[in-house]
Amino acid sequence: MQGSINPASEPTVAVEEHHHEGHPDLRVLGLLTFLCSEFLMFAGFFVLFLVYRSQAGAWPPEETEVELLLPTINTIILVSSSFVIHFGDKAVKRGDIAGLRKWYWITAEMGVIFLIGQVYEYMTLGYGLQTNLFSNCFYLMTGFHGLHVFIGLLLILGVLWRSRREGHYGAHHHVGVEMAEIYWHFVDVVWIVLFAIIYLLTLL
Amino acid sequence: MAQANLTGAIAAPQQSFPHPEKWEWYHYFTFNIDHKVIGIQYLVMAFIFYLVGGCMALAMRTELATPQSDFLDPNLYNALMTNHGTIMIFLWIVPAAIGGFGNFLVPLMIGARDMAFPKLNALAFWVTVPSGALIVGSFFFGGAQAGWTSYPPLSAITANTAQSMWILAIVLAGTSSILGALNFIVTIWKMRVPSMGWNDMPLFCWAIMATAVLALVSTPVLAAGLILLLFDINFGTSFFDPSRGGDVVMYQHLFWFYSHPAVYLMILPVFGIMSEVIPVHARKPIFGYKAIAYSSVAICFVGLFVWVHHMFTSGTPPWMRMFFTISTLIVAVPTGVKIFSWVATLWAGKIRYTSAMLFAIGLLAMFVFGGLTGVTMGTAPVDIHVHDTYYVVGHFHYVLFGGSVFGLYAGLYHWYPKITGRMLNEPLGIVHFVLTFIGTNLTFFPMHQLGLKGMPRRVAMYDPQFHSINLLCTIGAFILGISVLPFLINAIWSWSQGPKAPDNPWDAKTLEWTTESPPIIENWEVLPELTEGPYAYGEEPAEVPSS
Repeated sequence: MQGSINPASEPTVAVEEHHHEGHPDLRVLGLLTFLCSEFLMFAGFFVLFLVYRSQAGAWPPEETEVELLLPTINTIILVSSSFVIHFGDKAVKRGDIAGLRKWYWITAEMGVIFLIGQVYEYMTLGYGLQTNLFSNCFYLMTGFHGLHVFIGLLLILGVLWRSRREGHYGAHHHVGVEMAEIYWHFVDVVWIVLFAIIYLLTLL
Repeated sequence: MAQANLTGAIAAPQQSFPHPEKWEWYHYFTFNIDHKVIGIQYLVMAFIFYLVGGCMALAMRTELATPQSDFLDPNLYNALMTNHGTIMIFLWIVPAAIGGFGNFLVPLMIGARDMAFPKLNALAFWVTVPSGALIVGSFFFGGAQAGWTSYPPLSAITANTAQSMWILAIVLAGTSSILGALNFIVTIWKMRVPSMGWNDMPLFCWAIMATAVLALVSTPVLAAGLILLLFDINFGTSFFDPSRGGDVVMYQHLFWFYSHPAVYLMILPVFGIMSEVIPVHARKPIFGYKAIAYSSVAICFVGLFVWVHHMFTSGTPPWMRMFFTISTLIVAVPTGVKIFSWVATLWAGKIRYTSAMLFAIGLLAMFVFGGLTGVTMGTAPVDIHVHDTYYVVGHFHYVLFGGSVFGLYAGLYHWYPKITGRMLNEPLGIVHFVLTFIGTNLTFFPMHQLGLKGMPRRVAMYDPQFHSINLLCTIGAFILGISVLPFLINAIWSWSQGPKAPDNPWDAKTLEWTTESPPIIENWEVLPELTEGPYAYGEEPAEVPSS
């Protein structure tokens, strides 16, 4: 009884297909709507950061300079991973599941490298979350973004996990693949803004 | 092509979501994905919190019956004051109006079998339950005491554990709001029956659409502000600590960027309810359909650019005061459009004075008053004089109680037969209305005078010169407390014992009345087709949709 009404129970392949055939674009639309909301949360942090920057005498203050080399490498990795994941999306639209798996694996690896780089940066900076207002903002914003990278990574791994099953994804049913890709692009775009205002603005 | 696929999905829903033949009572306590069950879950949970928040208000009014602090410990008073506001906003009006009525009615009104994302919908409801539990639980740690606005530095230095629980509760309620909002946007956008264009939609759906957009863009900003506050309290950061470079006013910006739109989250769905109740019981087509529909969108848009009028005394520069005074006054225009359209709908109608209609007319009177005091305060010079006095308390209770709560009652009386399949007792409803109307005015009207005379809000003790007026407010509050009883008795008794409701007891034209009362699972055997507009009263009788 419980099983029959509880939707959280494991959906069958048939249900997935049906749902997808039912309304092909609604889940993607739902995700895009959600990301609008997410973006405004980041926008709140960006505005806060810029206001604090404009109010402060020295920003970042003397003892909390940012490093530029590692974040630049990280940026290159994350931005290129957006192209890599798109190859995966193109592959699945051709029905090429092996291609999908290959490109999504590479994306996941790039994401892991990004996160490792981020953690390495935290460990070598020499100041912590509580040091001053700049470091508060720095750790909170990059950390919050890092959390999103991590979630994106989980989505990609979820796609890889599901793609092991024969026929789970195909040229005409790949909403999950697409949603992971959209989320990844979102994380990427947020990073570009973040990189610009936290790191590049220090060059001015 | 998308449209064709969509219809296919609607025609064969059982495949994707297997439901039993009929819901049993215990299904209402589970993770249920039926939008009607979720709507009832929201409504019942919210009403319980309304009673909790109401008891808090009565305790505070008892304290304020005398100038001395003799009934409650002042810290407890602060905690009650903070959580009364929080509960009434985040756990009563918002979940009842958007979650409750929105979920129950929107799919029925647009001819859909469910929301676009039923599981997400259930998740959004179940996220509000821990949120309520956190608020209740925070009282074991003293309760948050910094007001529902939780401005730092006060919120950063008082009752840290309770304040942190409060923050988590609001973030959870906000998450629920966002998930609900995206569901409404996609549902209304994509799931209407093919014969329904945007301008054939019932006005309630327009209102929910505008509300959802507003919730979607404003809620995350509040979440951002609250997360920063949480870090300040627990992790040693200094975002809002001026002694270490932070800025308390930034919190106020982040907070009000959400919390002013939150006012519209609480009133726009209620305006939608008004636009449904008034034409049905006035037996006339709604006056100015498009004006009402688009004014919701206008309020949604302008409402995003008025938040600083809460901060006129926060060292706000003059140009900002000027800008936000003007934008605030502009909101009165689309609101006025609605009010006048409803009055014009009533004009020369064959009005049936049902309980629902009485509450709707009551709302018109009270909201106009609350709206006018809002306009006075929207102008910076007056606001600086009355800021943080009882004038503000009087104002927002007129719009939130006289507005939102009256509208929710109107909606409950109007849709109760559809929701439960039983009719409510009308004489009890009229008793309820009369008591509520007297109680509301007696409680909140004198507060304006208190405020103009300079009584500050949010205090347990006050100058003895304000004693007599405060006593009047307290008497009113108790009448208001008693007024809930006839409704409660009526609603509980009628749910099992009331006369059976026909499919369409009010002779209404919107789609929810074309199905059974209560609606069957999946809403219709065969989806209805639009043959006339939602408010085509007294027009050439077209073929009535088969019921």
